[in-house]
Amino acid sequence: MDTTLVTGLGYVVASGLFIFGLKMLGSPATARRGNMVSATGMLIAIVVALLDQGIVNYTWIAGGMVAGGLVGAVVARSVAMTSMPEMVALFNGLGGSASLLVGWAALTPDAATFTLVTIVLSILIGGVTLTGSLIAYGKLSEKLGSGQIVFSGQQIVNSLVVLGVVVGAVLFVMEPTNATWLYVVIGLALVFGVMAVIPIGGADMPVVISLLNSYSGLAACAAGFAIDNNVLIVAGSLVGASGIILTQIMCKAMNRSLSNVLFSGFASVSNEVTEIEGEIKPINADDAYYILEAASSVAVVPGYGMAVAQAQHVVKELANLLEANGAEVVFGIHPVAGRMPGHMNVLLAEADVPYDQLLEMDEINPRMESVDVAIVIGANDVVNPAAREVESSPIYGMPVINVADARTVFVLKRSMASGFAGIENPLFYKENTRMLFGDAKESLGKLVSELSS
Amino acid sequence: MNGAEYLLFILMLSVFLGFELINKVPATLHTPLMSGANAISGITVVGAVALAGNGQENLAQWLGAGAVALASVNVVGGYMVTDRMLGFFKKKEG
Repeated sequence: MDTTLVTGLGYVVASGLFIFGLKMLGSPATARRGNMVSATGMLIAIVVALLDQGIVNYTWIAGGMVAGGLVGAVVARSVAMTSMPEMVALFNGLGGSASLLVGWAALTPDAATFTLVTIVLSILIGGVTLTGSLIAYGKLSEKLGSGQIVFSGQQIVNSLVVLGVVVGAVLFVMEPTNATWLYVVIGLALVFGVMAVIPIGGADMPVVISLLNSYSGLAACAAGFAIDNNVLIVAGSLVGASGIILTQIMCKAMNRSLSNVLFSGFASVSNEVTEIEGEIKPINADDAYYILEAASSVAVVPGYGMAVAQAQHVVKELANLLEANGAEVVFGIHPVAGRMPGHMNVLLAEADVPYDQLLEMDEINPRMESVDVAIVIGANDVVNPAAREVESSPIYGMPVINVADARTVFVLKRSMASGFAGIENPLFYKENTRMLFGDAKESLGKLVSELSS
Repeated sequence: MNGAEYLLFILMLSVFLGFELINKVPATLHTPLMSGANAISGITVVGAVALAGNGQENLAQWLGAGAVALASVNVVGGYMVTDRMLGFFKKKEG
């Protein structure tokens, strides 16, 4: 009896530490300690769980923990910050599959109906999270094409899969001793995860990865119901809520509803070519240098291209030199810049850019008019003025960083290809825009060497 | 313990608490938030150990052992990578 009390109290303490840890994540100054607090909670929960009297053999527990822990530690230490999105996607999938297995293992011949329903839920959500995350991982790491995969009849196939999942789940709950229904549910959940993510394009990945994050929490939550464990429910629902909020923020930043992201992708871009006035004005590094040298206020707006070019360190170097030259330098970060929420912030933090220099879109837009030079590095759709000006544009209404309000705009770009969304960008044709073509890292390197000589 | 309604009660309170807490996390910390949340979702390991250690050499044990391994990757990897990332965040000096 005493051990149940210890277990119960241990779980209460662990839950409290999770909550407190998340609260400390509310500020960059306390965030790192908050993560340690949360980790302490996890340690307590695991130790308490190991005291469970039902455990008679620790061999497989130890084996699993050592193997999993080693893999986790190696990945955590070696992953490059540019690859964070795919790593998080992969980890989401692992969490989902763990919950799937726990739900499955909780199945006993005499389980109550409520337990059976929660077992089905943990298997379903866990399965969808697993394969959905694997596809997201494939797209983010470019092992699969990052574009949308659509085929005719997709809606019908998806509807059939959903129908099959529901029917299978009901039959399983009605007849839990028949393993066929269990396998049908597992199989269809895995298929559904694939089907749900393949039609979603690369630019929408921040939404998908947030949503899968949420699912991995909900799966843990459902597993908690299946095995009657309250700490799983608390921790799982905290994660579920976190993922849902991030999903909402990402959707809002793209001015699209969640169902629009999940089910339609970007509606096929209208073929009527909107006349864009003006012409492209390229600039070379020498001329760019003269303009930058005279600037007293510079705003850098990075996008996924900065991550691809690994240009964050040379950006920081440039910022240092400009500051030494007397200019004020800030960074404007769009919520969906990059491939996951906050991706740019982590890259720039790694390059030693202080976090108070990173401004959110709502902070930087009002002061854009007083900026001498806005430097756009590998960003496209998040600075596209069509979102404000062209009503027929698919991204019309999406909040963007108004770089065109700055006196001069430099756009660092590899070529004239359009962004992930495949939408023309009138910014490139504006009167005050200058295109600095080439690899972002090389172009910035030239500017750095000119400024430092 | 006290059955389904008690667990549902816990669920409701934690979801509301989660919304309140996460809404206050600034955009600059969203990636560490996500990987930290990822580590927390490894809580499944707590449920998995009892299954993996049932000593019965049955399906539940093997499934449990698999879940322990997968969730451990999440827990260890998630917390470590979050700590590594948060170590980068610095305030401007002076």
